[in-house]
Amino acid sequence: MYKIVEKAVLTPVTKKFVVLAPMIAKKAEPGQFVIVRNGEKGERIPLTIADFDRAKGTITIVFQEVGRSTADLGLLREGDSILDVVGPLGLPAELPASGRVACVAGGVGVAPTYPKAKAMHERGVKVISIVGARSSDLLIMEKEMGAVSDELHICTDDGSRGFHGFVSEKLRELLQGGARFDEVIAIGPLPMMSATVEVTRPLGIRTWVSLNPIMVDGTGMCGACRVTVGGKTKFCCVDGPMFDGHQVDFKEAMRRSQMYLEQERLAAQVRHEGCAAGGDR
Amino acid sequence: MPLARTAMPAQDPKERTKNFDEVALGYSEEMAVREAGRCLGCKKPPCVEGCPVFVRIPEFIQRIRERDFAGAIRIIKSTNSLPAICGRVCPQEEQCEKLCVLGKKGEPVAVGRLERFAADWELAAGVERPSPPRWNGKKVAVVGSGPAGLTAAGDLAKLGYKVTIFEALHAPGGVCVYGIPEFRLPKRIVHAEVEYVKALGVELVTDIIVGRSVTIDELFESGYSAVFLGTGAGLPKFMGIPGENLNGVYSANEWLTRTNLMKAYRFPEYHTPIKVGRKVAVVGGGNVAMDAVRCALRLGAEEAHIVYRRSEKEMPARLEELENAKQEGVIFHLLTNPVRVLGDEKGWVRAIECVKMELGEPDASGRRRPVEVKGSEFTMDVETVVMALGTTPNPVLSRSTPGLTVHDWGGLVIDERTGATTREGVYAGGDAVTGSATVILAMGAGKKAAAAIHEYIRGKES
Ligand SMILES: Cc1cc2nc3c(=O)[nH]c(=O)nc-3n(C[C@H](O)[C@H](O)[C@H](O)COP(=O)(O)OP(=O)(O)OC[C@H]3O[C@@H](n4cnc5c(N)ncnc54)[C@H](O)[C@@H]3O)c2cc1C
Ligand SMILES: Cc1cc2nc3c(=O)[nH]c(=O)nc-3n(C[C@H](O)[C@H](O)[C@H](O)COP(=O)(O)OP(=O)(O)OC[C@H]3O[C@@H](n4cnc5c(N)ncnc54)[C@H](O)[C@@H]3O)c2cc1C
Ligand code: SF4
Ligand code: SF4
Ligand code: FES
Repeated sequence: MYKIVEKAVLTPVTKKFVVLAPMIAKKAEPGQFVIVRNGEKGERIPLTIADFDRAKGTITIVFQEVGRSTADLGLLREGDSILDVVGPLGLPAELPASGRVACVAGGVGVAPTYPKAKAMHERGVKVISIVGARSSDLLIMEKEMGAVSDELHICTDDGSRGFHGFVSEKLRELLQGGARFDEVIAIGPLPMMSATVEVTRPLGIRTWVSLNPIMVDGTGMCGACRVTVGGKTKFCCVDGPMFDGHQVDFKEAMRRSQMYLEQERLAAQVRHEGCAAGGDR
Repeated sequence: MPLARTAMPAQDPKERTKNFDEVALGYSEEMAVREAGRCLGCKKPPCVEGCPVFVRIPEFIQRIRERDFAGAIRIIKSTNSLPAICGRVCPQEEQCEKLCVLGKKGEPVAVGRLERFAADWELAAGVERPSPPRWNGKKVAVVGSGPAGLTAAGDLAKLGYKVTIFEALHAPGGVCVYGIPEFRLPKRIVHAEVEYVKALGVELVTDIIVGRSVTIDELFESGYSAVFLGTGAGLPKFMGIPGENLNGVYSANEWLTRTNLMKAYRFPEYHTPIKVGRKVAVVGGGNVAMDAVRCALRLGAEEAHIVYRRSEKEMPARLEELENAKQEGVIFHLLTNPVRVLGDEKGWVRAIECVKMELGEPDASGRRRPVEVKGSEFTMDVETVVMALGTTPNPVLSRSTPGLTVHDWGGLVIDERTGATTREGVYAGGDAVTGSATVILAMGAGKKAAAAIHEYIRGKES
């Protein structure tokens, strides 16, 4: 059991938990993730380690409620415990020690971006962050990102704050304005990462993305998480989750992420009916 | 003396494909006593030679004949700590029963069924809870809670060691919980075996991936005198043919893990989904393939197919499971090999293209090598494809541990006699060393390593 020592509601659909997990906190590196399971009947849900505190023995997870499992998780309160948390999983991100790096983050992708921006900032890398969301009320971790960035650009799809448009467009604007980046890190929904790598591809700027395929074990045992990178099949949970974005087959990744659409709808419906009936969740 | 063995009652094939309950129902006391009566009690019993852990077969069968069931299980457990599992899943026709003298003229004694009977009798009567022995002051770490790890842990605990098992998944049991389905090995049986090992004082910690959450060096630093690696062979193989990443193509590991460990057959009550097409093709001919294809039927597939490149004679699956699969209506395409998976415009599997095979010269495994028949390509319409092609050891641990040597195919290099790896104080056994094999061989390896670890630690003391 892993105790939630702090809970924050970042937006109506985004929650942050600080979880007591000393063994994981001791080992965690930016780029790695955990798998959590909430209850005996629960799914194994992969979530990025958004921050960690080795001294306090805690890790932070930030998640968006997109379906039944994340919505159920969001119901847990401070002081409650999560049944299983396993990690750290995946390979640590290979972060540069100098130069200028653009961190492009969309939606809940800000959470996985933060530990990388923080680590680079601490090493003296110039971090230029472009953070976006559909609308201003869905922006998260603005303060945290600001604290580890040399420049912070806010974007919203609907123009309710900052730049009116996608984060990838903001990146294009900066590049066209003469900004130079040694590397780009882009994390968010698949379409956003896919658009971002198309902005940098013609310029040949190395662009890292963090893939989030459907997973089961997270240890290389099942192959559910396979992605095609540079024409080769990789298991995202052990070979990733960070990959060279110019090599990733995004079309396949998007298709594979839809594999359980029908079941996800059913689960959401069952959950909804369960709530309405006041049944146990 | 009846030549025919006593049949084991089983669920009706038509009914059982609608549920995940156990197929074979086990002997009643009368049946067990009758079957035990067939054993000749050979002076130099060949059957024992066929058992990797040398269960004292005629002796336990004699006890069953005398209705001393407690005595029977005591004899079995003196060499086999997981009899309820072995009685169900050992490939007996290749081991103990293969060498039974009765097999020469008629059918061999049903050793496995009798072993299962004795173990189930004890589970029903209430297992004697062992009292943990006195601690000898030393700690040993066991990595992985499959049959190899459980056996090594149990044996070491009996020798007075404080043992901690570290398991990567959220549930202990290894392949016995995530792979082998409920209808062949009920999870309550595995659970009971795990509880028995825990009652010996063994501590079990789940959600810990050794090599990631904690390294072997750190285990030594925190006071463990030796480490046993029973990490299994969890890495799935794919064929490398076009279309393998289409939606609807699964590895058997994923298919079975979703179904068994995560209980997707009870979705949406359990939250992990599985997508089952109307027609499912499983590629392979071993136990894993049989389990996957029989799960497909129970998950609601209208047609479940086996595609296997050799002939039935070469199939490595247990005979009983092959028979069960046939009774349940699984359709077999033997001497057939997939060459490509075909998708629809949305990227979902719609068919597999296969080629016919014929058997040529024997290969390294001694089995005749299948070769393609030119121009024999044909397509089979299916919506789900499950690749059950075998597995190799997962490299997560060996990569993160200096000093461990692995074969090029991933198996850990050990000293056959002791199970010692190339790193001092680290032992290994089971599928992690051999690649996918059997429960009983994994147990045997766990036993051998436990004894060697005991020697090693005592040797260091003096
Ligand atoms: C390495 C990795 C890191 C991640 N980090 C974060 C994070 O920090 N914050 C966050 O909010 N989300 C993160 N995700 C995504 C998160 O795991 C999914 O949103 C979650 O599992 C959805 O479960 P659900 O039941 O609520 O939704 P569902 O109703 O099951 O699905 C809704 C959507 O989530 C996707 N999804 C479903 N199951 C999974 C799964 N097991 N893995 C990945 N995606 C899935 C589906 O494709 C669908 O688009 C990460 C995923 C991976 C693989
Ligand atoms: C579907 C299927 C059906 C089978 N049917 C039969 C049968 O009928 N009869 C038979 O005899 N055999 C059968 N087998 C084979 C048999 O199950 C295996 O040979 C046996 O389980 C091997 O035991 P093991 O202890 O070596 O490994 P496993 O049972 O694989 O256990 C290894 C354990 O170690 C854990 N682990 C791995 N890496 C780490 C790590 N780094 N840190 C912590 N934990 C880790 C894994 O999660 C797992 O729980 C079958 C196998 C499968 C997959
Ligand atoms: S352990 Fe397996 S091989 Fe040995 S006697 Fe029992 S069933 Fe036969
Ligand atoms: S060989 Fe057959 S008959 Fe002889 S002791 Fe063994 S089981 Fe009994
Ligand atoms: S999640 Fe199973 S192999 Fe990656």
